[in-house]
Amino acid sequence: MKLSEIRDLLNARVIVGEDKLDVEITTAFGADLMSDVLSFARSGCLLITGLSNPQAVRTAYALDIAAILVCRGKSLTDKFIEIARELGIPILWTRFIMFESCGRLFQEGLTGCIRKTDGTEEKTIVR
Amino acid sequence: MSGDDLIESLEGIYHIQGRDFVDAGIVSSEVKKSLQGKGIPESIIRRIAVITFEAEINIISYAQQGTIQLFIEPDAVIIEANDMGPGIADIDLALQEGYSTADDSIRELGFGAGMGLCNIKKFSDIFELTSEVGQGTHLKSIVKLNG
Repeated sequence: MKLSEIRDLLNARVIVGEDKLDVEITTAFGADLMSDVLSFARSGCLLITGLSNPQAVRTAYALDIAAILVCRGKSLTDKFIEIARELGIPILWTRFIMFESCGRLFQEGLTGCIRKTDGTEEKTIVR
Repeated sequence: MSGDDLIESLEGIYHIQGRDFVDAGIVSSEVKKSLQGKGIPESIIRRIAVITFEAEINIISYAQQGTIQLFIEPDAVIIEANDMGPGIADIDLALQEGYSTADDSIRELGFGAGMGLCNIKKFSDIFELTSEVGQGTHLKSIVKLNG
């Protein structure tokens, strides 16, 4: 699914990365706890989070995450946007809550970048 | 390995100020940038970025100040984190997933759930943690380049 399709499905605003809307994304990870993201998320996924601080962007950068979807309409600071631009991480912003965001994307074919934390039920390991 | 060899392989030294929450994570980003273009696999760089991130958060959260040193050896990358902080009284307890003494300022960053040290251990090939109460903590993580 292209980033532009994710934008359209969630009535999202593109805050950073207008030039990256053609990026293909097939998996996602949703969390507000960055330690969980660092532990379990995989490169190339979409990070769905309600945490809109610089640490979310730096977490995405550490893992080569394709883009961040900020959910629940969380307010964005200039610093957050500045760091996302600097590190080249596209940012989408939606008022949908995390459950709705995940559900709508899953329904359209996006899957979790892992399924269970113990690694069972995996078809392929992407990392 | 002699001291001279270690100095030769020193890629970077990063100073971290305790309680500087705004820039938390910047060392991880800088370390990642510095490792790119050196022929190190992206998957290895990601592991190092995660280890550095969690080590950095720990120093900011608990110590007055500290450093992270990065060494590139022919067969491994070594991350050493040293701080002048309160130290860890019970290392086994600190390594239990979910155990945390973090305050709200750390949780607001998206950390502080008692996973930091576990994550560092998980992504390291060799992990060493020593600490002296009232003096500080020393962490050494080795990531082998051949997996």
